[in-house]
Amino acid sequence: MKLPQDLRYTESHEWVRREADGTVAIGITDHAQGELGDIVFVEPPQPGRKVKAGEAVGVVESVKAASDIYAPVAGEIVAANAELSTSPERVNADAFGAWIYRLRPDDPSQVERLLDAEGYRKAASS
Amino acid sequence: MKRTPLDAVHREAAARMVDFGGWEMPLHYGSQLEEHHAVRRDAGLFDVSHMRVVDVRGGEARAFLRRALANDVGRLATPGRALYSCMLADDGGVLDDLIVYLVRDDFFRAVVNAATAEKDVAWLESLRARWAMDVAIEPRGDLAILALQGPRALERLAQALPAVGAVAGTLAPFSASHVADFMVARTGYTGEDGFEIVMPAAQAVSTWRSLVAAGARPCGLAARDTLRLEAGMNLYGQDMDAATSPYDAGLDWTVDLRGERDFVGREAILARGARRERVGLALLDAAGVLRAHQDVFAGEEHVGEVTSGTFSPTLGRSIALARVRRGIAPGSVVQVAVRGKRLAARVVKPAFVRHGKSLLPPEEAP
Repeated sequence: MKLPQDLRYTESHEWVRREADGTVAIGITDHAQGELGDIVFVEPPQPGRKVKAGEAVGVVESVKAASDIYAPVAGEIVAANAELSTSPERVNADAFGAWIYRLRPDDPSQVERLLDAEGYRKAASS
Repeated sequence: MKRTPLDAVHREAAARMVDFGGWEMPLHYGSQLEEHHAVRRDAGLFDVSHMRVVDVRGGEARAFLRRALANDVGRLATPGRALYSCMLADDGGVLDDLIVYLVRDDFFRAVVNAATAEKDVAWLESLRARWAMDVAIEPRGDLAILALQGPRALERLAQALPAVGAVAGTLAPFSASHVADFMVARTGYTGEDGFEIVMPAAQAVSTWRSLVAAGARPCGLAARDTLRLEAGMNLYGQDMDAATSPYDAGLDWTVDLRGERDFVGREAILARGARRERVGLALLDAAGVLRAHQDVFAGEEHVGEVTSGTFSPTLGRSIALARVRRGIAPGSVVQVAVRGKRLAARVVKPAFVRHGKSLLPPEEAP
């Protein structure tokens, strides 16, 4: 399982990258894209929306199935990756590069409590 | 879990395997979209050895199948001709759908679905006993089946297996011929030209490899599903089952009521009548995907549900088969409950793509 060490992860198969400006970028893991197969739509949340930790905020749809994407921590949506609306297959090609949305956490310390690569590896393979 | 003679070949090709009707089958070999396009534009190769060949032999084989099947094998006059039919229960429900070939007058060959094969054979045996007829029903677990589909299928076949290709090129659609140990049929489940090739299991691997070497792309069940849905073909267990009358599943054309032929389920389906029908749906929204079991509405009236839905790789938007009450006309717009929203979909005749081209009305074409 390919897992960058510098990212945080959720049990619902999101990855979380801490950015220099205090926001976090969120996408789905390589494992998740492999399970979904060819992705045909990505519906990210609207910037400006306030979300709770664990709230379903968007959808990734493959030919096979629809899968919700969740907010890893509470905060405000600050950006959505417009490129994915025309090229959703980028998520298949480079899951850890294709961020879906960015969020400004209400409490940045919550991000540190998410799973690390090893924790996610165990969660995803159990 | 059962495995086909090609299991090791699929694993070697890093296929993602999946349980399908008790069989471990390739879902895709990397990208189901690319596999789908290969079939529409060139040639794709499917292992369909999970489907079961069932030979029905004996002096009364024809008479037996005329009673057992809803379509009339009496239509099969020339050896090699094929017929699509439902096999119905006494109550008119669809036990399975199958293709039956006339090999000789005392020898018919049926190809049935994987998940239903054992039940089908038991059912046919029970009919044989019920009617005390002189037929032998032989499931052929010793055979493998490959499907080679796409506009360049014949070219690839002729290159890989010249003797089989030479015969295949002479076949009319929906007919078959024997070449040594092989049976080659101009049939398929994709809406493209192509062939289904039945062979001894021991020859499956070498045949597969030579077809791949000739340029046929391995394709899994995921592409098979999007292709058949674009072609408007039902999947047993999803678009119809033992609780469904063929009249409710768009299979009216396969029920042959001519003459007084008494076949299993005849009285029951006539008594039941045609309450629902099968329609095609083309989603008008660019985003969103129609999926099985979503509810369909005309205005506020609940009129039915999606039985199969997908993203159509050829059309670039979602399509579906739905079972709705009679009277929902092609051209009208219905609403489908998709993940908490009502999305608009056009009702169309249930065939979306044939020979690589969209069959949607021009205003709906992508």
